[in-house]
Amino acid sequence: MTDSSRDWPLYEIFIRARAGLDHKHVGSLHATDAMMAIEHARDLYTRRQEGVSIWAVRSSDIVASDPADADALFEPARDKVYRHPTFYDIPEEVKTL
Amino acid sequence: MYTQGLDSLGKDCLRDEAQDIGRLEQRFQARIDAEEKIEPKGWMPEAYRRTLIRQISQHAHSEIVGMLPEGNWITRAPSLLRKSILIAKVQDEGGHGAYLYSAAETLGVSRDELIGQLLEGKAKYSSIFNYPTPTWADIGAIGWLVDGAAIMNQIPLCRCSYGPYARAMVRICKEESFHQRQGYEIMLRLSRGTPPQKEMAQQALNRWWWPSLMMFGPSDAESKHSAQSMRWKIKRFSNDELRQKFVDFTVPQAEFLGLAVPDPALSWDEAAQHYRFGAIDWSEFEQVLKGHGPCNRERLEARRRAHDEGRWVRDAAVAHASKQAAKEKSRAA
Repeated sequence: MTDSSRDWPLYEIFIRARAGLDHKHVGSLHATDAMMAIEHARDLYTRRQEGVSIWAVRSSDIVASDPADADALFEPARDKVYRHPTFYDIPEEVKTL
Repeated sequence: MYTQGLDSLGKDCLRDEAQDIGRLEQRFQARIDAEEKIEPKGWMPEAYRRTLIRQISQHAHSEIVGMLPEGNWITRAPSLLRKSILIAKVQDEGGHGAYLYSAAETLGVSRDELIGQLLEGKAKYSSIFNYPTPTWADIGAIGWLVDGAAIMNQIPLCRCSYGPYARAMVRICKEESFHQRQGYEIMLRLSRGTPPQKEMAQQALNRWWWPSLMMFGPSDAESKHSAQSMRWKIKRFSNDELRQKFVDFTVPQAEFLGLAVPDPALSWDEAAQHYRFGAIDWSEFEQVLKGHGPCNRERLEARRRAHDEGRWVRDAAVAHASKQAAKEKSRAA
């Protein structure tokens, strides 16, 4: 067997702090399999009751946008201020709008 | 602190000639000046990357080696509650090491590589952990002083320009406060106890005071890479500024305990609103840094032994995972 301390896959860990909230990314850790990832995430990220649920995702399975493409991806939204409700001037007398 | 090896960086890391690199660097510096965070996939100067890898990995190693002086007292803590508290603290330190290795890995270095460097004795860690913990009061003094000095240094790191490091530090700082308070409470209990208990607390303060001041690293005049780290906003305050702040905060805490800070030159400067303290014996620091501290050899041996003795667990975990994966595959087929 090769040196088994090498090449443990990396998992990204997401924690739901309380029922009703989103799972939020908290960090990453190495584990040999998904079950170990959950167990280690329990020890590493919820020592003080920080969570009620854990997601573990293989880091290599995450598809991310390239920072170099940020302009092309996000710039088109910049001049579309009319997508926000505050863009519209409504007289004060008009209520509940 | 935790980063003393930065002062022995190679000269080559601050040199880049190519013009487009120059332009990229200008844009990079502009982002830093605008307090934008740098994230792993964005462009960064090679020297910035290397400085961070060195600083974050030294910090991680310090957390891991830092488990040893305190682990020494887990079996002998004076009550079940103190034992539980100490286990929780040592577990936190292990967790801090894990967060920091993860942050370092985002810079393109593997955790195994970093741990390998530590075990081979090539990596530095904070020399404070090369001092022994002969009495229970040392556990109090470590929490109060060593973790106190760590907090002083780590709070500005929460605003460090590198996103993953800053986020790890936020998590660490939240937990660190418990470490300091439990340590001070041990000191408080001892200094309100019997005369021998109070004397034990005094002796521990005597042992840890100067090494704690040295944790902030060489004075500004001697610290060669501080200026660049400040420009990159990896560092926000100078070593001397942080050390002064630590002394100003800690001396009144010692007075409350009724213990004497082991520095005959210590005095309050009313005009400056600061404590003035005596000269630090840097030759001792250099000796410990070079590996001649009281426990350097013992600490590394303990890490190596733990790594070797844990090998069968790692082997078993890998064997189990590949067995499960094979089963999964045959079920799917």
